[in-house]
Amino acid sequence: MTHRELQEILSGHILEEEVQLTLGELSRSCAVQAVHIMELVEEGILEPRGGRDPLEWRFSGDSLRRARTALRLQQDLDVNLSGAALIIDLLDQVEQLRRQLRLLQRC
Amino acid sequence: MEFKDYYQIMGVKKDATQDEIKRAYRKLARKYHPDVSKEPDAETRFKEIGEAYEVLKDPEKRAAYDQLGANWKAGQDFHPPPDWDAGFEFSGGAGFGGGGDAEAFSDFFESLFGQRGAGFRSSGRRSYSARGEDHHAKILIDLDDAFEGATRSIVLQVPELDAEGRVHTRKRTLNVRIPKGVKQGQHIRLAGQGAPGMGGGPAGDLYLEVEFRPHPFYHVEGRDLYLDLPVAPWEAALGATVKIPTPGGQVDLKIPAGSAQGRKLRLKGRGIPGRPPGDLYVVLQIALPPADTEKAKEFYRRMQQELDFNPRKHLGV
Repeated sequence: MTHRELQEILSGHILEEEVQLTLGELSRSCAVQAVHIMELVEEGILEPRGGRDPLEWRFSGDSLRRARTALRLQQDLDVNLSGAALIIDLLDQVEQLRRQLRLLQRC
Repeated sequence: MEFKDYYQIMGVKKDATQDEIKRAYRKLARKYHPDVSKEPDAETRFKEIGEAYEVLKDPEKRAAYDQLGANWKAGQDFHPPPDWDAGFEFSGGAGFGGGGDAEAFSDFFESLFGQRGAGFRSSGRRSYSARGEDHHAKILIDLDDAFEGATRSIVLQVPELDAEGRVHTRKRTLNVRIPKGVKQGQHIRLAGQGAPGMGGGPAGDLYLEVEFRPHPFYHVEGRDLYLDLPVAPWEAALGATVKIPTPGGQVDLKIPAGSAQGRKLRLKGRGIPGRPPGDLYVVLQIALPPADTEKAKEFYRRMQQELDFNPRKHLGV
């Protein structure tokens, strides 16, 4: 660790609010080829904005979390893409219910 | 180094069939998968299970592991006997683990089967060879950091390949500015702070997932804050103005007369800053004065006599 590294203060951007990702950026962040990301789009796991041409796709920052989860589920649990899509939807629902439960428990 | 009992980790008998081991793995992997599980130690367990499966699913590795002998117990200090693997050949290449994170197996595994080092990161899936990989890590911050912005230093374990292609971890300390208004679960992207590029290519990015340390009295939902506020029965009944803490400092809160237990009062814009800022919800918790002195008891008796109050009226009793 260098002295300079300690001194320097790094500033970043909040991914979910200030960042949009291209197909290339998202693929790179997930360490997969673009074709794997395109499969996630086809399955409806990711919904990019922008044009029809994949080169014009713009992914919201939240897509990174969804894509990484989908890829991990596929790799680790051996589920197929539609299975991964279903799990992600259900996980979102569980999270929403947990949030409501926490709120109700506080009232 | 501790001996690891892979059979115990997988919850199978030593004579389990390959099918039984696979079933056990599938079940445990679903239970402890970090994306699915809310178990506090899910990630550690999942890695342990993956490591155990890596050995037990492979007949060569399993046979080699078995011949270490049945006398070892989990947690015992362990050193591999010399030439322990004579006569075995391992065909490397593991596919375990999430999303390309460079996490190695335990020292125990590596002392037996070698490091997964060279080859396991590249896996041939990436077409961009020049740019460094993106890295992902978590950063734990306090609510105050999100409220006002802050600079926090974090220590990352960075895996590096040495000249012989072995993986070493290096500690790297970064000072990171926490943007004001960041929410739980969001990611801070630090451009160019990931793995260095190859052949003059640019470095990858570093993504930090933000997690809040639990606060002693605020509960955070998105940018909204919840505060349980104890009030005396007379404050709730008659109304009062009381001081309450907010992350931005103390403020006066007016409690309306006739407030019931659990009443929620909203202080607009007093949550975590942002566009729009969050709100602070104050949830009234009516605290009962203890009847621990004769004077207090006498007072409760008078209330009983003088107030026409049946808390169970709606139950019809």
